[in-house]
Amino acid sequence: MQSIIARSARRGFSTSAARRMATEVPAAKAPLMKEFKIYRWNPDQPDKKPELQTYKLDLNQCGPMVLDALIKIKNEVDSTLTFRRSCREGICGSCAMNIDGQNTLACLCRIDRDGSKDSKIYPLPHMYVVKDLVPDLTLFYKQYKSIEPYLQNDNPPEREFLQSPEDRKKLDGMYECILCACCSTSCPSYWWNQDEYLGPATLMQAYRWIADSRDAQGAKRKEKLQNEMSLYRCHTIFNCSRTCPKGLNPALAIAKIKYELSVE
Amino acid sequence: MNVTRVGLGSVLRRATVAPRIQSNQLIFRRAAFKRTIKTQTFLPEAAGDILNAQRLKRPSSPHFTIYQPQLTWYASIAHRMTGTALSVLLYGFALAYLAAPGTFSSKKIVEQVKKLPTSVKMGAKVLLAAPFTFHSFNGIRHLLWDMKLFMNVKGCYQTGYAVLGASAVSTAALVMM
Repeated sequence: MQSIIARSARRGFSTSAARRMATEVPAAKAPLMKEFKIYRWNPDQPDKKPELQTYKLDLNQCGPMVLDALIKIKNEVDSTLTFRRSCREGICGSCAMNIDGQNTLACLCRIDRDGSKDSKIYPLPHMYVVKDLVPDLTLFYKQYKSIEPYLQNDNPPEREFLQSPEDRKKLDGMYECILCACCSTSCPSYWWNQDEYLGPATLMQAYRWIADSRDAQGAKRKEKLQNEMSLYRCHTIFNCSRTCPKGLNPALAIAKIKYELSVE
Repeated sequence: MNVTRVGLGSVLRRATVAPRIQSNQLIFRRAAFKRTIKTQTFLPEAAGDILNAQRLKRPSSPHFTIYQPQLTWYASIAHRMTGTALSVLLYGFALAYLAAPGTFSSKKIVEQVKKLPTSVKMGAKVLLAAPFTFHSFNGIRHLLWDMKLFMNVKGCYQTGYAVLGASAVSTAALVMM
């Protein structure tokens, strides 16, 4: 009895769904035009000054995110537009750029659907531009390398390297960093001193290894930061935490390093 | 199976790119398709030179002119500027007093200020009180941060607005004095 009811209910549902699909005609939405002003610079014409180029898109024919708009422009309007992208879901960190004045990942940033306002897209601030929206991250990666971002311990246990739940919890909010460089390039201190100041992303990773209970080189790691420039150019401005597309808090990690260095 | 291990790798590779075969292929390709786009040939060794030439001319992307005005970094800039202005005033006055104790004595300054119209006096008071109160309260905010308190975006904004409010109230109070 029950199975008959279930079957008829299922059939009823599927037939009505089919009818609805057959009769409903998708109404064409009125075009919603929006201007995107995008920073352009071409290394093949190096003496031509960087400029903002305007593109108009119909938002009703475009995906919801800024990256969708960029891909649509590259596919359909101007194939010379250059930007990095990969995962389109906020896990690779490739599409970091400055959108409407804030550093974020284009794939996680919704397009503001107000067609009367234009949207300005720049590369990450105060970085050398390789082309259009692609910044040169060589120095950023070198800085990351300089903090030796790997476990260092001369006497590892023979079996698993166990951690208490409390010790493991100390790494939460730091290991999730995808090194998109949004925070470092939002930091005015990093703008003026990036040749010597490590910047929020790298410093948070430095603390990620200082805080790790399995790492034995904490003292050495802290010693390397004990100078005027590497760490102390941080003036707790908070642009880093404000802009992090992953919702992490590099400012807190840096404050913890400063605190630990001060109580030593 | 592994040709490199047997030592045949280089021989085989040379055989596949033997000039005779290659030129035959090229002739065939040229006959089959007419290319419209001109290509340039670059040797792999030239990569470093091309990269260096590009690096020399790379522009730096715009920064503070395009970054969104936010309480975070505007408060930091204001803290710096007020700090510098207050130090300049303090050291400037101290040095001036050292140089000419007669003209910069408290009594003389009071007499001079008394002659000014009220609007100028009020304006000068605001100019002195606002940076002083803002810098003092924001300094306390920084000390709290150094103790790892309010160290998140929400705390930054709460303390930021508190500092702005407290500075406004105390500036008004000082000007009324």
